[in-house]
Amino acid sequence: MAEEMKDMVLEYVIDEYVDEDDEIEVGFETPLISSGIVDSFSMVSLKVFLEKKCHVSLPDKEATPEAFDTVNKICELVRRFQD
Amino acid sequence: MSNIGSYEKRRENFSWDIAKEVLGWKEGEILNIGAMCSDRICAQGKGDKKALIWQGFGGRQKTYTFNDLRVLSNGYAGFLQNLGVDPGDKVCLFMDKIPELYISFLGVLKMGAVAQPLFSAFGDESLEVRLFSADTRVIFTTRKHVKKVRKIQDRLPALEKIVVVEGNPDKLKEGEIFFRVEEFPVEDFNVYESGPETPSVLHYTSGTTGQPKGAQHAHASVWGQALTSSWVLDLKDDDVYWCTADPGWVTGTSYGIIGPWSLGVTQCVLDSGFTSAAWYRFIQDNKVTVWYSAPTAIRSLMRDGEELVKQYDLSSLRHLASVGEPLNAEAVIWSEKVYGLPFLDTFWQTETGSMMITNFPGMKIKPGSMGKPFPGIVAGILDLKTHEPVTEPGTVGLIAFRPGWPSMFREYVKKPEIYRSKFVGAADDAQPAELRVDESLWYVSGDRASFDKDGYYWFVGRDDDVINTGGHLVGPFEIESALVEHEAIAEAAAIGKPDEVNMEVVKVFITLNPGYEPSDDLELNIMNFIRKRLSPLAMPQEIEYSKKLPKTRSGKILRRYLKALEWGEEVGDLSTLEDD
Repeated sequence: MAEEMKDMVLEYVIDEYVDEDDEIEVGFETPLISSGIVDSFSMVSLKVFLEKKCHVSLPDKEATPEAFDTVNKICELVRRFQD
Repeated sequence: MSNIGSYEKRRENFSWDIAKEVLGWKEGEILNIGAMCSDRICAQGKGDKKALIWQGFGGRQKTYTFNDLRVLSNGYAGFLQNLGVDPGDKVCLFMDKIPELYISFLGVLKMGAVAQPLFSAFGDESLEVRLFSADTRVIFTTRKHVKKVRKIQDRLPALEKIVVVEGNPDKLKEGEIFFRVEEFPVEDFNVYESGPETPSVLHYTSGTTGQPKGAQHAHASVWGQALTSSWVLDLKDDDVYWCTADPGWVTGTSYGIIGPWSLGVTQCVLDSGFTSAAWYRFIQDNKVTVWYSAPTAIRSLMRDGEELVKQYDLSSLRHLASVGEPLNAEAVIWSEKVYGLPFLDTFWQTETGSMMITNFPGMKIKPGSMGKPFPGIVAGILDLKTHEPVTEPGTVGLIAFRPGWPSMFREYVKKPEIYRSKFVGAADDAQPAELRVDESLWYVSGDRASFDKDGYYWFVGRDDDVINTGGHLVGPFEIESALVEHEAIAEAAAIGKPDEVNMEVVKVFITLNPGYEPSDDLELNIMNFIRKRLSPLAMPQEIEYSKKLPKTRSGKILRRYLKALEWGEEVGDLSTLEDD
């Protein structure tokens, strides 16, 4: 289940935030916000994606650039609020 | 002692020439903002002083002196000349808040071209509209953002050169130029002899109808920007100043470049997104003394609480100010409690170019108030119907100003009728050059307010449908136009919805084309569609599906009706509403 979520988030990030000609390898530990792949203004749409797909409500206070910086961190955050 | 001293005395004895005294500028010197922010400061013996302390993602830091600004901006200016750029040409700066943005801005102005900074999070459609409107000839961008330019360049006949100024030079497409200014510093450059009316900076601003309008500023704006930086931001020679705004918007140029650097003040830039902890650490590490930020950020800091503040040494701070949207009283009171200093609200807009109504150091602060007009600014509240000045305190009307202040925008690019429409009492054939100096007219800002018996102004709201999200104006028309390009959407209306942190966020009402049904996937698809085409700011945070949108009998969607329902306000006259 955890792996499925990671794959789903990674796929979404690649589809929505990485252009074909970017030639960036994005993995579970790739920095997203701190590397500029996902700009901080666009985090809102990533948050909405997680809330809709993972059926979870993420408080704005927790949805920080640090918490969204890698796919692994994002999934940790989601799991914390799913629990 | 604050720079302004007594507000009342300053009002009594005011002249914009005081700005020249503050800057030590003598008649006969070149009035060129690029040179005034670099060459002039070096000529004052401050060449080795830090001008820019920059920090990016991952804690990367770079520091530039005023002499660095001078030779590197010369490098950009010389490069543009060699490229064949002429004075008056528009050069777009499309990049994140990196040093190249700040320094190339000065370089563009030094060679007489017009700097057109655009918010780097803009999507390709937002970019295209603004570049097309301005007939932009050259764009400076980065490896990260050049792909958006590539998508639209075929539809921009005036765009001749795409210059990548940062990042990896590999993989550029044919015709693109890579230019790293550090490799080409120029010791001596013959600065363009601009005058007060020479066009300088072009910022785009959104309106209720039509595409964004280009508000053109001139080099004389520096008088207003420098004097307000001195009297309102209270900048002094030994300050370390931090303006959190992005130069893609007017605050980021007027007070993130021109104001502080024309005064020779050191400034910091943090380009790594927002977190409260990162911001406090930045203030602590750089010993920031004056901090100019926005209500959205301040409310986010409030949300993260007082305990976090205590983990950092913020004792260097001595003065705080805010801009972008009204600063609520709670935020003013909170900041005084936790930082020991209130955030002072300032009111102005893209068109005004510099602060108009503000709270001043030393003045009694009424939390929630916009403050009082800057000395030299004649402000008034006009009756909503008659447009006559109101005299009764507490009466809500339109905020208006007598034209003639130096930072005032000179025109809307290619839109003289819209420019004229901003002036109450203007003759039908009046030209922009006449309007902007005619002190018998009123320039109407588009915002509503009242004043109290003590002369303090109190913001009420916008007089139109423009959405103010996080201090950035977003035009509903732009969003609606983009939405109906989505294959699933038949009709759309965009409004601002109240939001605790951002003041407003975008909410849209849509009707779907046959064959489409509401779903989570569709909603996300629409959100990302707008985010990529326009910008994350324009992205709807709520989508409401509707069978039918309310319209006038002539078929125009009644946005104000939807907004009134959303805000729980009176819907007003519905006599033009289409029969159901």
